[in-house]
Amino acid sequence: MSDLWSYLATNGGDVLTALVQHIWLALLPVAIAFVLSLPLGALVHRYVPVRHIALTTGSVVYTVPSLALLLLLPGILGTSVLDPLNVVVALTLYSLALLVRTTADGLDAVDPTVLQAATAMGYRPVRRWFAVQLPLAMPVILTGLRVATVANVSMVSIAALVGIGGLGQLFTRGFQLGFYLPPIVLGLVLSVTLAVIADVLIVVLQRGLTPWSRAGAR
Amino acid sequence: MIEFEGVTKRYPDGTVAVDDLSLTVETGQITVFVGPSGCGKTTALRMINRMIEPTSGRILIDGDDITTRPEAQLRREIGYVIQGAGLFPHRTVLDNVATVPILKGVSRRDARSSALGLLERVGLTADLGDRYPAQLSGGQQQRVGVARALAADPPVLLMDEPFSAVDPVVRDDLQQELLRLQGELGKTIVLVTHDIDEAIRLGDKVAVLANGARPAQFAPPADILASPADDFVASLVGRDRGFRGLSFADGNEIPLKTIDHGVDGLTLEVDADGRPLGWRGPDGLLPTEGSFRDGANLRTVADLAILSPAGAAVRVDAEGRADGLVLLEDLAGNVRSQQRERLAALATSNSNGEAG
Repeated sequence: MSDLWSYLATNGGDVLTALVQHIWLALLPVAIAFVLSLPLGALVHRYVPVRHIALTTGSVVYTVPSLALLLLLPGILGTSVLDPLNVVVALTLYSLALLVRTTADGLDAVDPTVLQAATAMGYRPVRRWFAVQLPLAMPVILTGLRVATVANVSMVSIAALVGIGGLGQLFTRGFQLGFYLPPIVLGLVLSVTLAVIADVLIVVLQRGLTPWSRAGAR
Repeated sequence: MIEFEGVTKRYPDGTVAVDDLSLTVETGQITVFVGPSGCGKTTALRMINRMIEPTSGRILIDGDDITTRPEAQLRREIGYVIQGAGLFPHRTVLDNVATVPILKGVSRRDARSSALGLLERVGLTADLGDRYPAQLSGGQQQRVGVARALAADPPVLLMDEPFSAVDPVVRDDLQQELLRLQGELGKTIVLVTHDIDEAIRLGDKVAVLANGARPAQFAPPADILASPADDFVASLVGRDRGFRGLSFADGNEIPLKTIDHGVDGLTLEVDADGRPLGWRGPDGLLPTEGSFRDGANLRTVADLAILSPAGAAVRVDAEGRADGLVLLEDLAGNVRSQQRERLAALATSNSNGEAG
């Protein structure tokens, strides 16, 4: 324990930098993927052929090992191996593969009679999408967002293996120092804490956005 | 007035849901489309607010072709109630009811405050306004559905199997409530149901639809019961149609006998206040099996007469005092002459129709 504190005392600045980098490397891809998944999920929900292509592509993307993807991307994107953009793109792809599916599932789960009622009330399509369809799909969409966010927080650690920052650096350093525990433990604790905080924040968001989804569970 | 003019709906796979339907729905009345499932009644209904577009033919509301107006605008002028209510689960009861006025540009605050008044109008208490639909019973949800359809005060109301998803007791309540509301509002209502009893109870006019929404008969419910146009209508109407038809006749049309009129050795005995106690005769005091008041229909009166040991239904005034008797034989004579008149009138109108 005292080792941990002394490590933190001498390397506090580095740890903080790693933490900050970890946060944005994990969350930026989720944010991008979330925004992209709404229109893509809508397409998948609406058109059956698109559904097959998109969901198969998503499954394939998910099976590509993350390390391999990180090494392949510079060749495809023309970036340097050390560019954080590789990590952002890779994690965006993973998040997208997950979120497009949950968004489509969320939209599928909306009761069609409710949508018909909305149309019959005199909603035009765009307004119906934002006022009725999207809010009703939100519980499922936000559940997907939780999974994607937590998965990303843990997956960013891989970035350290290709020399990009984040809390993963603490693991690689611990190994380099002959399995020196303090940075490893610190990295683990911070990374888990980060995942938990992100998860709690989304749950709070969920409760705020969809108070109705808990109504009726009497 | 809603007019169907040669309306046909043919789907790409060749099925014809509605085949050349021509029919006029009168303003301020409840018109019921009734028929077996798949007969095209719902398709016909949903063409009125352009949820389904006809393949050919046209529909006019008060003389205007409905396709001349933008769909969304048209729909905001037509209330719509569906089976299971179809409420928005993510909005409170009040916001559900306020939907159409808000779409039409009324401020949220004004729309919500008039929604509150509507809740009471459909028999709900104001404190339900802040609940979500999932927190209401099926019957309450259906009432909210009716309130939502009425919120923008549309002249036309479309109801698609509105009471099918609730149990019989609640359905009975809701039907009664609809008739009461219609008495106050006088909307032009088109209601679709597969339940002939509901059709007979609610309709000013009933269109019995066969496959392809072909009107097998389009007439007031009393006429449909008295004289079904063909075997299809007769089978749909089912048993006891003569007896059920009595519910459309006024019980007061039968000449009354005074309460001291003895029947077959039985006389009505009343207490000090004049309330009926029973029929006194050689076997002692026999029960009256109930009594009727002003406004009762002939079916109720006939039922009482049948149950009575004297073959006489007892009429009472507002205070419950016996003030007259309807004898089974008077009732029978009246029913017979009414049915004869009705059939004669129908025969005349049919032969006129054929000639024209």
